[in-house]
Amino acid sequence: MTPEEAWRILDEIKDPEIPVVSIVEMGMLRHVEIEDQTVTVTIAPTFVGCPAIQVIQEHVTRSLEEAGAATVNVRFTYSPPWSSDAITPEGREKLRDFGLSPPQTHQGLIEIALLDPAACPYCDSTNTSMRNSFGPTLCRSIHYCNNCQQPFEAFKPL
Amino acid sequence: MKTALREYLLALADDELILGHRASEWCGHAPILEEDIAFANLALDEIGHASLWYSVLAEIEEQDPAVYPDRLAYFREPQDFRNIQMVELPKGDWAFTIMRQYLFDAYEQVRLEALSQSGYEILAQVAMKIRQEEFYHYRHSSAWVRRLGAGTQESQRRMQIALDELWAYTGQLFQPIAGESELIQAGYVIASENLKDKWQDKVYPTLIESSLVIPATPQLHMNRQTHTHHLEVLLSEMQSVARLEAEANW
Repeated sequence: MTPEEAWRILDEIKDPEIPVVSIVEMGMLRHVEIEDQTVTVTIAPTFVGCPAIQVIQEHVTRSLEEAGAATVNVRFTYSPPWSSDAITPEGREKLRDFGLSPPQTHQGLIEIALLDPAACPYCDSTNTSMRNSFGPTLCRSIHYCNNCQQPFEAFKPL
Repeated sequence: MKTALREYLLALADDELILGHRASEWCGHAPILEEDIAFANLALDEIGHASLWYSVLAEIEEQDPAVYPDRLAYFREPQDFRNIQMVELPKGDWAFTIMRQYLFDAYEQVRLEALSQSGYEILAQVAMKIRQEEFYHYRHSSAWVRRLGAGTQESQRRMQIALDELWAYTGQLFQPIAGESELIQAGYVIASENLKDKWQDKVYPTLIESSLVIPATPQLHMNRQTHTHHLEVLLSEMQSVARLEAEANW
């Protein structure tokens, strides 16, 4: 297995809470190292308390083993911490199609990014208001679109 | 050095775990649906942060990071916990819950900001990561303090009672953690008492803006080894299932 092959395989692994976006598109996959038959994968977790992390770890291990890796090590890194700015343009597009407004890019200034209202994933209007900065998963907030009068969810900038 | 790191990490983690448990008690009981969702999220975040700090300790003590957090959470006795007393107090009414969450969130922003500069790399990395997430908590609880403090007469009255009850306990936030001086010398942490001014700079204006009076009661200075009986009650419930079958594979 080459690192390129491993990246291709890992690009099939989805975040179980957002089953349309892969961990590569989420910007979670940092590094793949292959030595003989041992593959070491470094992942940057999104939200620390996210229960999906363990599931992702299991999926990574299983899919690389099925592709012929003898041993798979999954490591977590917080340096630098995962940022929602790392979500790829394809990933952002898929989030929107899924009905989740992609996070505002913030370059570390989340407080300022939050001044911009989330764009409605249905009608693209920014005439929206945040109803709850907490939602059905740690990474989501709940909003309302004043234009098309739909409630919607957004991925939180982090 | 290992003992001092253990004390410090347990202080960070146990505060999160116990406050997270108290937050989880609102699940299904919060006054409005949005807050039911919010407090379930807060609980999940806090408990996740506790687990991460415990796994940092696992690396230092050469324990299995997949198992050790559960061992520490479910199989220690009350006297082995290093959380402050403020987080173990029963959840009280909504005003008490909001006020406690706010006073703690503000403190945590200050503590984690300082820790992000730690000379001990993993401490700095994890503090920076957790602080980003905790920012949402701080934002949420401070908005609620303003809303209730400057709300109706009844909400203001309840917020003032909560603040009066909690004030004495805030002294413990800035008490030195056992072994702290060793970590200060190594450039890993700054003195806990040096966090107090920054905390006051955050908290005082918000409380005053929210029509609340800063209590004149003295702040207590007990160490983190002393607990109220509430911790024992909390743990006996929280730990009961895990202890039924200690070796169970979940």
